[in-house]
Amino acid sequence: MSLAEAEVADDITIGDAAGPTTGATEISQPPSRLEIYGDRAFRRSTLIIAWFIVALMFWLVFSIGRQAMPAVQTYGLRFLTTSTWDANKAQFGILPAITGTIYSSVLGLFIGTIFGLAIAIFLSEGFLATAIEALLKIVHLEDKRPWASIPDRLEDFLKITVELLAAVPSVVYGLWGIFVVIPLVRPAADWLYGHLGWIPIFGTPLSGPGLLPASIVLAIMVLPTISAISRDALVAVPPKMREAAFGMGATRWEAILAVFVPTAATGIFGAVILGFGRALGETMALAMLAGNANVISWSLFSPANTLAALLANHFPEADRIEVGALMYAALVLLAITLVVNVIGTLILQRADASLKGLR
Amino acid sequence: MKTTVGIFLSVALLLCASFAMRDQADVAVAADNVTLQGTGATFPAPLYQKWFAEYNKLHPDVQVNYQALGSGAGVKQFQQGLVNFGASDAAMTDDEIKAVKDGVVLLPMTAGSIVLSYNIPGGPAEVKLSREAYVGIFMGKISSWDDPIIAKANGGAKFPATKITVVTRSDGSGTTYVFTTHLSAISPEWKAGPGAGKSVNFPVGVAGKGNPGVTALIKQTPGAIGYVEYGYALQTKMPMAVLENHDGKYVKADLASGQHALATVELPENLRAWIPDPQGADAYPIVTYTWLLCYKKYQDPKIAETMKALVTYGLSEGQKDSEALGYIPLPSNVVDKVKKAADQIS
Repeated sequence: MSLAEAEVADDITIGDAAGPTTGATEISQPPSRLEIYGDRAFRRSTLIIAWFIVALMFWLVFSIGRQAMPAVQTYGLRFLTTSTWDANKAQFGILPAITGTIYSSVLGLFIGTIFGLAIAIFLSEGFLATAIEALLKIVHLEDKRPWASIPDRLEDFLKITVELLAAVPSVVYGLWGIFVVIPLVRPAADWLYGHLGWIPIFGTPLSGPGLLPASIVLAIMVLPTISAISRDALVAVPPKMREAAFGMGATRWEAILAVFVPTAATGIFGAVILGFGRALGETMALAMLAGNANVISWSLFSPANTLAALLANHFPEADRIEVGALMYAALVLLAITLVVNVIGTLILQRADASLKGLR
Repeated sequence: MKTTVGIFLSVALLLCASFAMRDQADVAVAADNVTLQGTGATFPAPLYQKWFAEYNKLHPDVQVNYQALGSGAGVKQFQQGLVNFGASDAAMTDDEIKAVKDGVVLLPMTAGSIVLSYNIPGGPAEVKLSREAYVGIFMGKISSWDDPIIAKANGGAKFPATKITVVTRSDGSGTTYVFTTHLSAISPEWKAGPGAGKSVNFPVGVAGKGNPGVTALIKQTPGAIGYVEYGYALQTKMPMAVLENHDGKYVKADLASGQHALATVELPENLRAWIPDPQGADAYPIVTYTWLLCYKKYQDPKIAETMKALVTYGLSEGQKDSEALGYIPLPSNVVDKVKKAADQIS
């Protein structure tokens, strides 16, 4: 119902309410004036608030765009293809930040997807519950009161723990990365550089902060998003299909890999894209872990820079010209994230639509 | 059902409105207290915060909020009149001063050194760095600790063949400004290359956010070297390199060497003095004053008076806190000059 129609409908109800009332003994009563107006006020306020959010989004893009305009005009496309960021000489280029953002996100996503999908399968197929039940059967406790609920509880516990990863503040991830992840990967990184240094991705010694530690931490940060949405997609695989797969004689392994995962593939892909959006915009942990060096390198051990970290690092002390350049960089980041998120949302919608007939 | 929600919403709105009104009332009641807002450098922040807390104990009606957002932010917000005072490690330039219509008084309140901290597993207990060595390291020309240029100054002490990882500040900062100004003063090559500024394009290395970020990276990276404030290095017990000064002597960063460095420069009338490369055999090479930025004319006489009292406190009692926190107390002739300058505030 459009807004105009709603108005008309409201007027009619008010007219009815003002008309002759029926007997007081009846349970059903026409709405009072207060109820009608309250109703209408509520509907209008929700409408205004909803549009306010949309307006806020456009205002955000507009105000960043307006402040970026001088820099866009001065630096043009050169801004995207050069790699010096030197406020003293008013030279600004964000190519290393763009490549660093995409490299670290893709890498983090790759690791995160492997683990996230594995967790999603584990949780959606009830492996844990089955295993614990089997264990309980051995000791004949499967029907005893407190024991019988353990499998489900444990599964819930695991699910909640994974989702809790999303609640850890990103500065904590950053600190943890510096003090735990970097020392942890150093021996392996040194070995790889020493023995396989001729492969470009191991081409430099580990500088401390760098792409690899940053990507590992990013992977952990996107894990909850990927595992939660993938799990939902896997759970949504219609029971008919499950039964059909097993009915055809597929082993569990075959059923999962050849039937369930492909059926849920669009949903899983959407989860990955949403995780990608999160990884692209992650700021604090990367500002602490990526090394903030304007370097373009294939090496996993090389320091790098990301757009979000660049913004966080340079804003407080930036002068007018640099602020323009930073706004331009913000615009680029916004564009990348927006495109990725729109793609993710579209894929998720398609995933829902494609499963509709099967439910 | 819908009605209930509607009523709830209106009640909530009313409540919000009434709370907002009450907040305003609170502010009105607190009007006889004086609250000063300041923004600026992170470098002197621990000292300033100590002063303001102590001052608040002595004068409970004076509350000073100091936000350590960085020197650049300090100057910017001060120019825009958003704060009662600013603070910066780089004194304002003439152009910047001209832009402030209420007039500017620059007051050096304390001074500090910047040190080179390192992490060399298997290195000697004390590391001496010649000017050639530390400029070379930050230019990326010296990339290994066993480089002969480093060995030369250390009299044959054994250095491991570890790769040098230079650690710099990723955020713009007064610390970077002072350090790069020093490098520009001693090396024409640095001046022509990265130059001096609050954030420069360092040729090599990784960057951490703030003194804590730089310190964490140095601690976590074997072979790392980076610049941090003396006070911070002191508190976190980081090793500090002994640097060659203008006269070719090797000097440790401490209170005495810092004071020697300050004594080499006579403060001019406007109290702006850069000490990019202090002379004298005992002077530590990288030191700086740090300035409080005040307006000459305050609209509210009460604020002007409080500001003056605060500066006086910092110059007298406050100087006693300097040493423990790793700052250099101002020489007494400087204190007199700053006190005189503070009289311009009205």
